Amino acid sequence: MADKQIMISISREFGTSGHHIAAMIADDLGIKLYDRALLDHIAEEKGLDVKHLEKYDERPKLPIVSRRVRGHSNSMEDALFHMQSEFLQKKADVGESFVVVGRCAETALKGREGLITVFILGDKEVKLETVKEKFNISEKEALKKMKRHDIARKAYHNRHSERKWGDSRGYDLCVNDSKLGINKTVALIETYIKQRMEGIDADDVL
Amino acid sequence: MLTAQILATLIFVAMFVLVVMDKIERHIVTLGCGLMTLVLVFGLGMQSMDAVWNTLNLRSIFTVGFWYAVGAEESTAGINWATIIFIAGMMIMVEGMAKAGFFQWLCMKLAKLVNYKPVPLFIVFMIMSAILSMFIDSITVILFLAAVTVELAKLLKLNPVPMILAEIFCANLGGSATMCGDPPNIIIGTSLGYSFADFVTNTGVIAGISLIVILIYFYLVYRKELVPRNGEAVDPSTMPEPKEAIKSKKDLIISTIIFCCAVVLLITHAQTHLTVAFIGTVVAVVTLIAAGKDVLEILKKVDYKTLVFFIGLFMVVGGLEQTGVLEVIAEWIGDVSGGNYKVMVAIILWVSAVASAFVDNIPFAATMIPVIKSLAATTGVDLSVLAWGLSMGTDIGGSATPIGASANVVGTAVAAKNGYPIGWGRYCKTAAPATIIVILISMVVIFVRYF
Repeated sequence: MADKQIMISISREFGTSGHHIAAMIADDLGIKLYDRALLDHIAEEKGLDVKHLEKYDERPKLPIVSRRVRGHSNSMEDALFHMQSEFLQKKADVGESFVVVGRCAETALKGREGLITVFILGDKEVKLETVKEKFNISEKEALKKMKRHDIARKAYHNRHSERKWGDSRGYDLCVNDSKLGINKTVALIETYIKQRMEGIDADDVL
Repeated sequence: MLTAQILATLIFVAMFVLVVMDKIERHIVTLGCGLMTLVLVFGLGMQSMDAVWNTLNLRSIFTVGFWYAVGAEESTAGINWATIIFIAGMMIMVEGMAKAGFFQWLCMKLAKLVNYKPVPLFIVFMIMSAILSMFIDSITVILFLAAVTVELAKLLKLNPVPMILAEIFCANLGGSATMCGDPPNIIIGTSLGYSFADFVTNTGVIAGISLIVILIYFYLVYRKELVPRNGEAVDPSTMPEPKEAIKSKKDLIISTIIFCCAVVLLITHAQTHLTVAFIGTVVAVVTLIAAGKDVLEILKKVDYKTLVFFIGLFMVVGGLEQTGVLEVIAEWIGDVSGGNYKVMVAIILWVSAVASAFVDNIPFAATMIPVIKSLAATTGVDLSVLAWGLSMGTDIGGSATPIGASANVVGTAVAAKNGYPIGWGRYCKTAAPATIIVILISMVVIFVRYF
């Protein structure tokens, strides 16, 4: 693990191995992984019921039931996003290195040195097989599930970020894990992280 | 004309839907729809430049009556510049007060006065919320009050949610008492020519009676939650001193003097004949002069988006007004009520309350003003009675849900950001019955007093 602080934000399509990849990178680098368990930290810190928070995690704001006034939104989804962002920013402020799965972390940590943003995509057929197998459901159900989750993730991301979800211009690296498999995708991302930590060579011209 | 009416209605409905959807910022929505009204409704549908000028209403600013009105009724058609200038002026004044630390200081001072005891604190903060909201926009009042409540609650080991919910309700109630307390009242007052005293002696009386009932109601509902978690009373000497909240003593004194002068000017504006537009301008200019080198900082904090929202909104409502759509609605209300004045007032009051619970009460009030004016002209019902019904309906109806009024949104947002999420169920459980109680009180007072 390098001395420099690194914060790796991994966004992913539903059905890819994004979460698994993030966990492997965190393990290899010996740094913390923040995923759904982030809610446990927040719930403990704020004295809230984690089950209550789970309902709003990575969900887009429901129209009509909440409003925004002078930049203040009373949407629970927005409130949770702010709590998660605040949590990650505090960790970043104290110099902690970590990997975050989803949660618009690239927006929460935007502009910080040491932030590496990755988007994991996959081929539809491969993702479909993964979802079918993982949840033991039919192809039709798997397709519906994939669509539902991706729509929610996209809406959630696009509400909080300037760049659109999955738009390559919003990430440092976009990788199709269906083409490489989990291990090679992890290796590729870790190579990139290593190169980034070393920085640009002085004689290299951009 | 039919094409223009259809276009005006479509633009209005589209504006309402887009505002509710909250995908695009609401000032962009109303301004876009307002421009479409000018082009499509007045340009293509009516082919009338007069309608455009009437709606833009710029000429009114350059008349003496706009600044100094002796018994004259103020502008009704198109953009209500008096409302916009007054709100802008008050925003500047409030920014000056906030910068000096006025609101935090006042909250901490009152908390200290009641020795940080939960029940007296709960009652005092509700009353303070209502009184401040009579003169200052409820968004600012709740923004500071809710933040201080959360901080105090943490120190006192209390759940701040009951206090915040009660404060929000009282802010809306206090706002209904005066002409400048809530945007619907400013629009009603400036559009129909009612004074500060007119509001205080009519909606103010209803709000006063309601406040007493509501204080008792919220105490009964929340008394079990106003107990510290460890059951121990806090030592007042361990609490922060109110003076710590003051950022500049000089600025605090100056901003308090300006605020007091604004209150006096508003209370006496029927006697001095100074319009609210004049008062807003004077208050803003004095605040900016007093701010010295901090002028830009204060100006930057003014919520221009809300002012643009109002401009666009008035243009869209102007489209409905110029094409006669609102007269059709007024005729319909007249028919439904069968000419019975009590039924008319009840319809205005309850429809306003129910609508305001779910949609922004500002566009609703702006739309309803020409409707009640037309209704009064065609049926002979006293316009002021309809105006008080509309005022109470829109101001109080908005209290029923977390999205009904701006103060509710800001209060629940502050709570949520601090780790106290307030869902619809938690909110409506106490706020909806309180809203029904106040609307019923309003109806009874209006029936007994005016019929």
